[in-house]
Amino acid sequence: MIWNEARECMSRDELESLQSARLRKAVNRVYHNVEPYRRRMQEAGLEPGDISGIEDIRKLPFTTKDDLRDNYPFGLFAVPLSEIVRIHASSGTTGKATVVGYTRKDIDVWAECVARCCAMAGLGRNDVIQVAYGYGLFTGGLGGHYGAEHLGATVVPMSTGNTKKLIDMMIDFGATGLMCTPSYLMHIAEVIEERGLRDQIKLKATLNGAEPWTENMRKQIEARLGIEAHDIYGLSEVMGPGVAADCHFHRGLHIYEDHFYPEIVDPKTLEPVPDGVTGELVITTLTKEGIPMIRYRTKDLTSITHEPCECGRTTARISRFKGRSDDMLIIRGVNVFPSQVEAALLTVDGITPNYQIIVDRVNHQDTLAILVEVEERFFSDEIKELESLQKIIEHAVHQAIGLHAKIKLVEPKSIERSMGKAVRVIDKRKLV
Amino acid sequence: MYIKQLSVFIENRSGRLNQVAQELKDNNINIISISLADTSDYGLLRLILSDADKAVSILKENGFSATITKVIAVRLTQEVGQLSELLAVLSAAQVDIEYMYSLKSGETEASIVIKASDPAKAVEAIQNSPFELLCL
Repeated sequence: MIWNEARECMSRDELESLQSARLRKAVNRVYHNVEPYRRRMQEAGLEPGDISGIEDIRKLPFTTKDDLRDNYPFGLFAVPLSEIVRIHASSGTTGKATVVGYTRKDIDVWAECVARCCAMAGLGRNDVIQVAYGYGLFTGGLGGHYGAEHLGATVVPMSTGNTKKLIDMMIDFGATGLMCTPSYLMHIAEVIEERGLRDQIKLKATLNGAEPWTENMRKQIEARLGIEAHDIYGLSEVMGPGVAADCHFHRGLHIYEDHFYPEIVDPKTLEPVPDGVTGELVITTLTKEGIPMIRYRTKDLTSITHEPCECGRTTARISRFKGRSDDMLIIRGVNVFPSQVEAALLTVDGITPNYQIIVDRVNHQDTLAILVEVEERFFSDEIKELESLQKIIEHAVHQAIGLHAKIKLVEPKSIERSMGKAVRVIDKRKLV
Repeated sequence: MYIKQLSVFIENRSGRLNQVAQELKDNNINIISISLADTSDYGLLRLILSDADKAVSILKENGFSATITKVIAVRLTQEVGQLSELLAVLSAAQVDIEYMYSLKSGETEASIVIKASDPAKAVEAIQNSPFELLCL
């Protein structure tokens, strides 16, 4: 189902004129209300009047996470706090937390976008949706919650922390929808299988985001649970989950271009790249009041297509994320994304995507080890069989990333399960 | 004809082997024979137990990768040349040995456990030889 046909299916011409009008307004807003933006524009010799349409967006300076940190906590807000009804903040694992604020209208737009994602996943007012993202400063919980409520569904605010209760309630309430991270969904599937409850669940669709995952992992989860899993994308700096999601055809994520203007740029030169070419996603918020983002560099790597989708939506689609430029590991000079390793592991029959990449440096040489759980299905009592499994995995990884990795088989469920974002990489290299 | 061997995958982590032994003890399961094959990262524990079926479900519940493998046990006596004669029988039947270890050893008896490449062929060859298969 299409939640907002007028917006999601509008002609490209109409969309562009809407975007142009909204961009002009957004630029005016930040120029007159946010000192760091005004200064940045003045340094570039720009005035709001120089931005007459969406095509002028390239004249504007970029915004980065550092700008949010430098203006901690409220320096980039475009409205007084009396207009702000909610604050969220990023985990701040790599530095000071980044703080974002929402006006009442921002919250409404957010709920609208998440409702579009839910409808895209085939969910509606007759569904019972469990939200199993963390509730709190993280945008996942409340973002999913307000969106599912706006949709009119019956929302169960599970948050994270109690998988058993989540599954019990999934059965007792007849839950048909679930929102959580892909790695948590994988864990939930495992527990459902362990408890032999697969036949008792009524789950039909899930929306999963907040961490990159692969198409293979999506298909595996779908088969294990008998559901359709959808990718949902977002980031707190821009809004939270609901910036984009994939429809039934799963050929990229539809980005809600009436609220978020996407550009793909070469992360080094910052020049735009053509459709289909991978680069860094840059987003401009077109309607946000609390903390507008002008050309925000997401660090997420993807490509874009403007081809119409079979589902009837006309919005541009971004491809499944290749990773974050932040997540990229450089091992022995080779660029490696954890998602490439995951995709390779999943080509090996019988392997579940429970893995951990361990990078270290021994005698000035980078070492790469991958822990892979030995699941019962391919457990053998003969060492030569296990060794051949190791070789098959090593070969698949080598094919994918061009590096030899030491494959370490570990006991099932020995890699820590996560309810939020999975810890896929441990980099022990101390590069001082 | 066959006996049940419990095979357990064990990571090389301190105390992990004892966790298996502890589970067996707590559930009153006796270990008749044990063999541990080791690699640098993990070990494969092979056990002949008083109740292999019970042990496999207990260990699985406790998060181990455990499986039951069918092996054969052959009664040998404490005499020079017994193993060589047995191996000659198997080799003549073109049966390869994946692994083997001692099941019981006493003053007169010395039986062994064998995982054969082709268990059915191995059983047939032994039944047509002077050797005796053990059942538990």
